[in-house]
Amino acid sequence: MLKVRVIPCLDVKDGRVVKGVQFLELRDAGDPVESAVAYDAAGADELCFLDITASHENRGTLIDVVTRTAEACFMPLTVGGGVRTVEDIRALLLAGADKVSINTAAVFDRDFVNRAAEKFGDQCIVVAIDAKKVSGPGEPDRWEIFTHGGRKPTGIDAVEYARDVCARGAGEILLTSMDRDGTKVGYDTALTRAVADAVTIPVIASGGVGELDHMVAGVRDGHAAAVLAASIFHFGRHTIREAKDALHAAGLPVRLDG
Amino acid sequence: MSVIIIDYGSGNLHSAHKAFERAGREAGLDMPIVVSSRPEDVLAADRIVLPGVGAFADCRRGLGAVPGMIDALEEAVRRRARPFLGICVGMQLMAERGREYETTEGLGWIPGEVVMIAPKDPALKVPHMGWNTLDVRRPHALLDGIATGPDGMHAYFVHSYHLNASDPDMVVAETDYGGPVTAIVARDTMVGTQFHPEKSQKLGLALIANFLRWRP
Repeated sequence: MLKVRVIPCLDVKDGRVVKGVQFLELRDAGDPVESAVAYDAAGADELCFLDITASHENRGTLIDVVTRTAEACFMPLTVGGGVRTVEDIRALLLAGADKVSINTAAVFDRDFVNRAAEKFGDQCIVVAIDAKKVSGPGEPDRWEIFTHGGRKPTGIDAVEYARDVCARGAGEILLTSMDRDGTKVGYDTALTRAVADAVTIPVIASGGVGELDHMVAGVRDGHAAAVLAASIFHFGRHTIREAKDALHAAGLPVRLDG
Repeated sequence: MSVIIIDYGSGNLHSAHKAFERAGREAGLDMPIVVSSRPEDVLAADRIVLPGVGAFADCRRGLGAVPGMIDALEEAVRRRARPFLGICVGMQLMAERGREYETTEGLGWIPGEVVMIAPKDPALKVPHMGWNTLDVRRPHALLDGIATGPDGMHAYFVHSYHLNASDPDMVVAETDYGGPVTAIVARDTMVGTQFHPEKSQKLGLALIANFLRWRP
């Protein structure tokens, strides 16, 4: 039986982990490779690097981080952030990423998803969707795509967009609720479910985890295939194993041999 | 003893290379692991690994685009019976043909076709992406010491197609995803895994070490 994936996500800026991973006794808490090795040993099912480096000139630093991570960790790695061209994807895959996540570039040029999937295969193209609820109280739920870290509305319906990128060859959707991101009050499970039920590809829930039960809700109520979290792991609030035990206790299938 | 991982432009061989080096080192096997696109290196190697990421037809074209590569594989694997491991699409290429987007001839080593997986439960997503267990159909040296079955270890899968082998005796292991999905095929000195051993942590490193030790 396929297992629910637990995915820690590291924000990387100029080759360093933002804020650092603080629960582990790392020599260098800001080194993404050390953090990756620790999460590998802790039984994470996949790892996600999100590059938030402002300038494109520093791309080489990210490539170097991915290369060194792939040398040290024999687990799946997704890398996203600032991916704009087929060449960006190629460079990350050649460095050792297994999947590349594309975000803004796909919003403004949806054909980019087709080109990427045709070139590299559906299985390695993740489309990241940042969505915010735009419907008012009493109205039917509606979420819209936002860009620029949730600041810029696009008018695009999130569920329709998810269906479209799925048809264009995306292999997976990384869905972040911009309303919940950083709040620790839990995923927007209504959003997660609306998207997961609308597409035939796996959906990763993201944005808002503060408690282990939130991960359970993301899968049970949100129908997510995988749960992504950052601070709950990085700051030692919970371990990967605790997250899996919570999912397991809720009757959800997890991998405990990692 | 030497091992070649064939580079024919299909994705990242860096982590596969490192995984084979580490598995070999941990198993106390001192053998060079070479990543190469040269047919002569295939002929010189004692063990051959064919990875593959992407679409079947693309990979087949990529392999065919290296002058002499198909002939070298036929010679080394079929005639000289050197141990061979195909990974993911590298495993699928062992089939007679692939039916992803278009019909493409494979290497024809394992009778059968590469077809889309069709989980019986419509709620199951495709690609089949993530960690799943192995159900053994017949014993094989590659699985030595690896716990299998529903409570066993997990392998990392990411694929929408699988090798539907026409001879059930060539299926070593399946995985369950709304019905059986081919996970490992084998014939003589050839073996192939649909999952990615180089991404499968403990199970993966153990299986790679078994391949490096295998004396079929």
